[in-house]
Order: sequence, then structure tokens, then C-alpha cells
Amino acid sequence: MSHPLLEIRDLHVAVDGKPILKGVNLTINRGEIHALMGRNGSGKSTLAATLMGHPRYEVTRGEVLFEGQNLLEMEVDERARAGVFLAFQYPVAIPGVSVANFLRSALKSLREEEMSAREFRNALKEEFKALHMPDSFASRYVNEGFSGGEKKRLEIVQMGMIKPKLAILDETDSGLDIDGVRIVSENVNRIAGQDTGVLLITHYQRILRYIRPHFVHVMVGGRIIRSGDESLAHELEQRGYDWLLQEAGAEEKELQEVG
Amino acid sequence: MSSPQSLLDVGTEYQYGFRDEIEYVYRAEKGLSRRVVEMISHMKGEPDWMREFRLRALEIFLKKPMPTWGNTRLLSEINFDEIYYYIKPADKQGRTWDEVPEQIKNTFEKLGIPEAERKFLAGVSAQYESEVVYHSIREDLERQGVIFMDMDSGLREYPDLVRRWFGKVIPPADNKFAALNSAVWSGGSFIYVPPGVHVEIPLQAYFRINAENMGQFERTLIIADEGSKVHYIEGCTAPIYSTDSLHSAVVELVALKGAHIRYTTVQNWSKNVYNLVTKRAVAYEDATVEWVDGNLGSKLTMKYPSVYMVGKGARGDILSVAFAGPGQHQDAGAKVIHAAPYTTSTVVSKSISKGGGRTTYRGLVQVDEGAVGVKCNVRCDALLLDEFSRSDTYPTMNVKEDDVRIEHEATVSKVGEEQLFYLMSRGLSEQEATTMIINGFFEPFAKELPLEYAVELNRLIALEMEGSVG
Ligand SMILES: Nc1ncnc2c1ncn2[C@@H]1O[C@H](COP(=O)(O)OP(=O)(O)OP(=O)(O)O)[C@@H](O)[C@H]1O
Ligand SMILES: [Mg+2]
Repeated sequence: MSHPLLEIRDLHVAVDGKPILKGVNLTINRGEIHALMGRNGSGKSTLAATLMGHPRYEVTRGEVLFEGQNLLEMEVDERARAGVFLAFQYPVAIPGVSVANFLRSALKSLREEEMSAREFRNALKEEFKALHMPDSFASRYVNEGFSGGEKKRLEIVQMGMIKPKLAILDETDSGLDIDGVRIVSENVNRIAGQDTGVLLITHYQRILRYIRPHFVHVMVGGRIIRSGDESLAHELEQRGYDWLLQEAGAEEKELQEVG
Repeated sequence: MSSPQSLLDVGTEYQYGFRDEIEYVYRAEKGLSRRVVEMISHMKGEPDWMREFRLRALEIFLKKPMPTWGNTRLLSEINFDEIYYYIKPADKQGRTWDEVPEQIKNTFEKLGIPEAERKFLAGVSAQYESEVVYHSIREDLERQGVIFMDMDSGLREYPDLVRRWFGKVIPPADNKFAALNSAVWSGGSFIYVPPGVHVEIPLQAYFRINAENMGQFERTLIIADEGSKVHYIEGCTAPIYSTDSLHSAVVELVALKGAHIRYTTVQNWSKNVYNLVTKRAVAYEDATVEWVDGNLGSKLTMKYPSVYMVGKGARGDILSVAFAGPGQHQDAGAKVIHAAPYTTSTVVSKSISKGGGRTTYRGLVQVDEGAVGVKCNVRCDALLLDEFSRSDTYPTMNVKEDDVRIEHEATVSKVGEEQLFYLMSRGLSEQEATTMIINGFFEPFAKELPLEYAVELNRLIALEMEGSVG
């Protein structure tokens, strides 16, 4: 239990040669909920995709340890097997592949001992019920023709089936209706339990009323410029980002003057 | 994730590539000549009109130039003088598998035909080289007057019916390879379904080429009388040789008023077979013809199943899927000819190319003058697995009527990086994820197959993908 669940140190990431993340530091321990906020284009999804191992995101500096292991050396599927899960901001459709077939194959790869077909069906049924989705979704093609909110719910159905150690939720709340936010939140809390680490990316305080974060971080220009507790999210909701930027700007100036 | 280059090193294993050492009953000399054609007709004891038909077709074949479109490079590599045009594998046709020569029977066992027959088929025909070596049909169907036999027996036993339709849907002069088939045809299926009879479970024919440099020229004619219904499935495989074989079939379908024919093909020839096939159907008033055409194997396939809708309210549905790996070119498509009012058609074409493979969609939509109220929907989707592969679409529209509704949509996509990432983020390996995406892409085709075939198709795709990424 000596290693934290996730340790990000001075992470720099570029896409097509363009630097996006410019030195991210973040540590997440088991059972901790971290909210990550920040303006559009500040690099939140980039961080999420990099942690999951998207091939287009090139790490140019820094390191990421998952339970003490070098995460950046692992293939995408190895990361999944290690316990990393990403709920996508924009889940993609896989035409012709049913949700049930997809999840069954996924669980086969993720788990050592195979679930029986019956166990699997029952478990899937439970998850659908918990997310208030009819189980007819099991035979639909993955995300094809799903409404925005349905896609988000399916991500959490998957999280429930997979039970990851680290769940990165990229704007799972956007696109959900008012009840949807509550339902999804309750389920995230249930699935995460005491041990799962959660990195919750969001623009709104609304979801944080249900999933109460231990830490709130603000990303600006590819860096986390401020961390705090729940009250920081509240403050952002009231005041927006400008004041933070100004403060950060002043700090930066000071630093430069000193250095 | 590995680079797309690795998709080039495909360990494509072809599991039906084994060959038999067979003592043939008769093998014609290599090459094509008047003598060979006359000999085939003579050995079969055919009526004069058929011998004349063959000889006329031979003239046409010799006169007609090779196609100047399509893959002319591969076409020019066919050496017509090196081909065996007729090989007779057995003395007589079996009605039980025990009557089939041991080795040939074993081959079909390996291909799973007798088992499929026991499980889910209403009738089976098995052709080996030039002749049908096994044939069966369920008694209840026979009692209802359903005819299902090899084409040669059909000609002998139902000369009038055959003469009325043979070569009428596809005349020998239609194209060079139809002419070739008309000259040297042997085997294939003859089916007649009497008015109002519904054959609910499929009839199947299986075609096997075994010899090197073999030419297989089966000829199939299906006549569905008024209000009847039939589903026919054909499958084909061949051993792997360093030299090429030629498969050039002609398939004619006649769907009379209100009849329904579904014709399913799972083509899985080895990659040294030229597959140049002409398939055409005529659909009379309110009749429906469905072509479900899957092309996985062969070196070069050129095949464009067609439906001529000649009666009011007729319908044609063509679903064509193709998979082209290294060295393969699947030039496939569909033709729908609306020659009568209120006829409808749908064409769905799906193709996957990988490791430098090529797929081509070639389609024709024709609406004749006076064919009002026509509806036609064409959709072509091509999926490229790497940068070395190629896909082209050549749609032709020939519409002479205003009061019609025609939709055409074509897409070419790459196996999405985003799709792969999504699936892999749930623990699937790159290979599993690719296979899953491809299976999904083929799902509309698999869904139309009997379950056993669909399972087989998925297995084939998994095999094709094995070792192809990594
Ligand atoms: N694949 C990519 N190709 C090109 N640019 C990219 C790519 N991914 C991210 N970027 C750029 O990197 C920056 C950060 O994008 P990112 O998606 O991480 O932002 P975000 O914080 O998640 O924003 P939002 O709140 O709008 O979701 C943006 O300017 C974006 O355009
Ligand atoms: Mg984002």
C-alpha cells in the first residue's frame, strides 16, 4: 500500500507536434475523488486520453505511475487490465457490434476467470436497471443512434461491469438531463465505493453536489494552476475563471521577477 | 498501438487449401477447342440443340475480346490454353454419401457438408470438378413437386422446361465469360418450385475445385413458379496451387408472378482462383429476388448480380459484401433494371480491403421510360484497414423517367483510430478490437445467413485477422 494509485509528475504532452499539456502534477490515492475543471480547450480531455494511452497524444516529458508502475509504457488494453477506466466525453459508435457482445468480450479480456453467460446477463441487467435504461440496450449496437444522455449512461453501465481501480470521467454530466445527473452520480458513488480513485472532469458544480470531491483542481493552458477543496468549485461557479487567471498571472509575474 | 505497416504481414491462413490425389474417371485434354466442346456434349449424351448452343457459344467466346475495363492486368494473365475444361471425378452420382468415392466424401466431410445437411438443409448438391457427385432432396419437397437436381440431369429429365429458359436470362453473347460457360458448362443446379409451394429451409449447393489448372463452369437455373418461395445457398472452396484456376459460372433466376427467390453465396475460393461469374434474375409482377453475395476468397472476382424487374410491383434486393486481402481484387457490385412501374430495389455493398487488397464497387441503376413510381436505394460502404489498400466506386445511373425516387450514398472509411481506442480502453487487444469492428461491419450480411454460416463467417474473419496486427 506504499504507492499512491496514480502519480503524475511534470507531464508534458503534444498532439501533432503542438504542446498541449505543459507540466501537470497530480496525485490520486485510492478512494479519493478529484474534480478537474477548466475552460474549453484547457487540456482536460488531453490529460484523460493520455492517461488511457491514446496513440495520438505524445508524451514529451514527465512520468505517470500507476500503483508504482510506469503507466506510459503500457498499451491501451494493458492499462485497462491494470484497472484504468475512461468514461469518454464523446463515446464512439461501433456499428454492428452489440453492447452485450462487446462487454462480454471486454470482460473476458479483463478478468482472469470467466463469468458464466448467465452471471454476465444478470450483472448487465442489474447495471441497466441501476442506470434506468431498458435492457433492450444490450442488443443494440454500441452507441449507434444513442442519444447524448444514453451514451453517457452506457459509459457508467460499463464502469459498473468493469469495476476499475481508477475511473476517469470526462464530462459524464454534460448531455444528461436533471434526473440523469443524479442517477449517474449515485451509480458512480456506488461503483467507486471506498477504494476507487476518481478523476471527475466537469464544467458544472451541479454534479459535485452528488459526487463530493475531496479535491478540486483548475486547469489553465495545460497546467493545474490552482487546487483546493469543494469550496473552490463553488467559487468558480459564482465568479468564473477570470479572477483566477489574474491571480495566476500576477503570481507568474512575481515568479519571473524573483527568478 | 502498432503502426499500420504491421497489417501488411498478414498470416492469412486458408484452412480449405488441402488437396486430394484422385484418379479421375475422365479428364479432357488441356485447352479449348471445338473438339473438347463436342466431346463434353457427347459424353453427356445431350440433345442436338444443346450441342449447337455450345458450339455457337464457343464461336462467340473466341470472337469476343477480353473486357477492357476492370482489372485488365490480372485478366490478361489468364492462360486459356493451360486450363482443363472438363474433369469427370466419378462414374455416377451418389444419392447417399456412401455412394460417393471415399476420398471425395472425406473432402466434403472436412468441409462440414454432410453435417450441415443433417442439421438444417432441405436438399444438398455437391459438385467436385465438373460434375455433381452427390445429390439429395427431402422427400416431402419432392412429393410437392419441387425439382432440385444437377443441371445435366435437369436437361435430361425436363428438356422442355430447360429449353424454355436456358440461356434466355443470360444469352451467351452477354459477355465473354458467359459465352465461355455456355460452351463448356457442366454441373450446377436446376431448380423448379411449383406454384404456391414454399420451400422454407434452404437448398444448398457446394462447389469444390480440386485439380490444378481446373476450370469449373457450372450452370444454374432456378425457376420459381407463381407465388412460390425458395432459398438457395452456395458455397465454394479450392486447394492452394501456384498456378491459377478459373471458375466461371452462369446463374439464371426466374421469379414468376408473386414468387420469391433468395440466392445466397459464400464465396471462399483459394487465392489462386479467378472467379468470373454472371448472375442475373428476372422478376415478374410482384415477384421478389434477393441476392446475398459474400466474396471472401479468390484472386480476382468480377461479379455483378442483377435483377431485371419486368413486372409491375417487382422487387430486387442485393446485398454484397467483399473482403480483399493481399493480392486479391474483389470487383463486385450490382445491377438493378427497373423495366416496369412501381418496382423497388435496394443495393447494399460493403467491402473491406487490407494489406494491399483492392475492392471495387461497380453498379448500375437503370429506369426505363414508363417505369413510374420506381424507388431505388443504393448504399456502398468501404472500409480500408491500411494505407496500402484501395477501394473504388463506379456507379452508373441511367434513368429515363422523372417520377422516380433514387437515393445513392457511398462512404469510404478507415478503421477508426477512435473506434480502436475505445474498444482497447475496455481491455480488448488491438487484434480483438479490429476483428470486432470488422465483424460489426459485416453484421448486415451475417444477419442474413443461417446461423451456422454466420458463425463460420465470424470464424473466417477471426482467422484472417490472426497475426495481422501486432
Ligand atoms: N487530436 C487533436 N488534434 C488537434 N488538436 C487537439 C487534439 N486534441 C486536443 N487538441 C487541442 O488541444 C487543446 C486541448 O483540448 P482538450 O480536448 O484537452 O480540451 P478540454 O479541456 O477537454 O476542453 P473541453 O472543456 O471543451 O472539453 C485544444 O486546443 C484542442 O483543440
Ligand atoms: Mg474535453
